[in-house]
Amino acid sequence: MSATKPVNQRAWWFVLPVLVSVAFSALVPLMTIVNYSVQDILGPDQAVFVGMEWYKEILRDPDLHGALYRQLIFTAAVLAIEIPLGITLALAIPERGWRASLTLVLLAMPLLIPWNVVGTIWQIFARGDIGLLGYVLTQLGVDYNYSQHPTDAWVTVLVMDVWHWTPLVALLSYAALRAIPEPFYQAARIDGASRWAVFRYIELPKMRGVLTIALLLRLMDSFMIYTEPFVLTGGGPGTATTFLSQYLTQKAVGQFDLGPAAAFSLVYFLIILLLCFVLYNFMKDPQ
Amino acid sequence: MSLLSWMAWTPPVAIFFVCIGLLLMAMTVWELRSPTVARKGLLPLVTTRGDRLFIGLLAAAYVNLAWTGLTDLAQWWGAGLSAVALVAIMRYG
Repeated sequence: MSATKPVNQRAWWFVLPVLVSVAFSALVPLMTIVNYSVQDILGPDQAVFVGMEWYKEILRDPDLHGALYRQLIFTAAVLAIEIPLGITLALAIPERGWRASLTLVLLAMPLLIPWNVVGTIWQIFARGDIGLLGYVLTQLGVDYNYSQHPTDAWVTVLVMDVWHWTPLVALLSYAALRAIPEPFYQAARIDGASRWAVFRYIELPKMRGVLTIALLLRLMDSFMIYTEPFVLTGGGPGTATTFLSQYLTQKAVGQFDLGPAAAFSLVYFLIILLLCFVLYNFMKDPQ
Repeated sequence: MSLLSWMAWTPPVAIFFVCIGLLLMAMTVWELRSPTVARKGLLPLVTTRGDRLFIGLLAAAYVNLAWTGLTDLAQWWGAGLSAVALVAIMRYG
């Protein structure tokens, strides 16, 4: 009998379906976008090579700078609110029993609603004439109108996103908390650790992996937000809630500028790639 | 070629992707002949050879974009600078 274990390369065949699906869902579209980004598409069979012209145009576009600035603030606000709030909710959910089941079902409900329906719900909910939120705020003397005031529009889009996606962070955090073995808590009780110390030195480190996933998911999703603000505010008032996706859609679909839209898609992709890379490495090793 | 005509290929982009493909193949051969050892260089994280290639390519893309967005000089200078950045990150990163 041989002392060394034979290397079996047949396992690679099992990876093949994934490679093929990634090639068709990601690589081929990416290659096409790179092609479009350096051409002026004049018609179905008419294209002129323009080099970096579209990149030059979009990188110097003040509308893009505005959309990027709004997007960064929005994403930072979303992460700053949803992650701590999700963890807090997870800590407050009962550990077991019917109350835990009921809380989890209620918490998961916003996640089951399609994005355009979320936008429609909040569009009606926040209206001053027929919506509960808008009506109550108006009755309280608050001058609230999300279709006219940029700050109101911003806050409404932000609150809508928090309502929609905080449950995801809470559910992920709850799963991580339930996976912590009981002996850790027993040891903490024996040591007389405070509730804060248990959270800081046991629960938070044990949740790091899950929180990394939650952070990355929320970073990518909030950076790509499109449907909800499109339905709620249409990017307005003015361009107050026009984020990067909406800017891209205006270019690609509204104006049919395929070259600049493709160039911007790649810049967009690079921004998300860099942010995810930095965040992932920071979460992996905060030192 | 008509099968791929919808992808609107151009020679410069084809050359670009062929270079990326060759780079990945060369890295695979290099890895098989001499497996990488994770190390810490000038970058603030421990990296393998593949990590440094990824960071280098990302940096090269950003250098090119910065060159395009901030200057009106020929793009070849930006491409040259990004190549220097890629090599420097691979060597010292």
